[in-house]
Amino acid sequence: MSTDPFVLEVNGRSHEVTDAHPGESLLRVLRERLGLAGSKNACEEGECGSCTVLVDGQTVCSCLVLASTAAGRQITTIEGVAGDDGLSHVQEAFVDAGAVQCGFCTPGLIVSTGSLLESDPDPSDLAVREAISGNLCRCTGYGRVLEAVHLAATRLGGST
Amino acid sequence: MLNGRQHVGVSVTIATTLEDACAALAAEPGSLVLAGGTDLMVEVNRGSRRIGNVVALDRIPEIADWQLTGDVLRLGAGVTFAEICEPGIAALVPALAQAARTVGSPQIRNAATIGGNIATASPAGDSIPVLAALDAVLELRSAEATREVPVVEFITGVKTTCLTPGELIEAVRVPVLDGPQEFCKVGPRNAMVISVASLALLVDRSARRIRVGLGSVAPTPLRATQAEDHVSGHIDWDNGAPPEPEVLREFADLVAGSTSPIDDHRGTAAYRRHAVRVLAQRSLTRVLNRVSSS
Repeated sequence: MSTDPFVLEVNGRSHEVTDAHPGESLLRVLRERLGLAGSKNACEEGECGSCTVLVDGQTVCSCLVLASTAAGRQITTIEGVAGDDGLSHVQEAFVDAGAVQCGFCTPGLIVSTGSLLESDPDPSDLAVREAISGNLCRCTGYGRVLEAVHLAATRLGGST
Repeated sequence: MLNGRQHVGVSVTIATTLEDACAALAAEPGSLVLAGGTDLMVEVNRGSRRIGNVVALDRIPEIADWQLTGDVLRLGAGVTFAEICEPGIAALVPALAQAARTVGSPQIRNAATIGGNIATASPAGDSIPVLAALDAVLELRSAEATREVPVVEFITGVKTTCLTPGELIEAVRVPVLDGPQEFCKVGPRNAMVISVASLALLVDRSARRIRVGLGSVAPTPLRATQAEDHVSGHIDWDNGAPPEPEVLREFADLVAGSTSPIDDHRGTAAYRRHAVRVLAQRSLTRVLNRVSSS
């Protein structure tokens, strides 16, 4: 049993989804139907944040979005973060700060960080901790993640 | 209505007006009502809830807004916890904003709604103790009728409510009180925590009353009315002087005594009683310090 086709707008492109089951999450459709495997699947209950995407500019756990109800919304995944000329400032900062270890949490952290810096270009340590409180990393202990966020903020501030 | 997909008995309706949503619910009264999805989709992902017909409420502008009329704040059921944390609402009902800030993570708060939190009716729902302390009134709507129910009557048990088939929550109304407010919640970390015990304590200066709502310590929303009566009579409302330590202790004991907690994987009943006793003393001390300094 599948749902009727619906169209998702992901990273500026329209994708017709023809084979999703009722109840399928946006995360599952992104990964299994559209081949966008950058958003990771771990807890499927909104705890870990590894599936974080932007829906109409706001971070959400894509595992908790019923895919067919996201039709017509603007969805941005980690695949849409880098520009044509390479990595985003946030991605570069994560590389340079060594904030990537196993890498599983990284897509979600980068989407969350990008969203934070949009609304708060010079965040305090507390604001950073709160902004990434829904993104679990089980490798780094967050020290280098915090460094990376501040590094990205500094570079973004410097580039404007 | 954006669409109304019918497939082998399963339809997903993305309602864009309340009227549409109610009509879709009237047509299929057993439909799942989907607000932010942060509770419902967990069950769907786990396989513990089969998805049938769905009526999605997240694109209805009428329920996504809030209004202040006199000293009554009306929150549409679709207002998210992220919006409740913003200064506009936080200035009017600070304890509700404090509670909203403890809900999940930014990702969860961007999606989760006040109406969803109430309708889920979990004993650990973070907004519920505050709404109970505020004597919040819910506006319910179906295709045929509207009615109003106090939140403490709306929730009838663990995850059960008085919503009838075809009915949904349209809005919640709360008073804007004169006086400081506190919300405290106990859990293993600051974010992403389901409450082990929580307490909302509000000062209602014009009624010369302390209001206390409790969470995660009973099957349904709880007001500690005996404790409220006792402490409200022992506060020096004119001068704001702190009450005797003995009064604080009696107040905390009465709050703890009003609970009927259970042992579960998050904590024991004894721990929960202890926790609300501590939260009661702490929050009363905090608000009274602010009463006397203002």
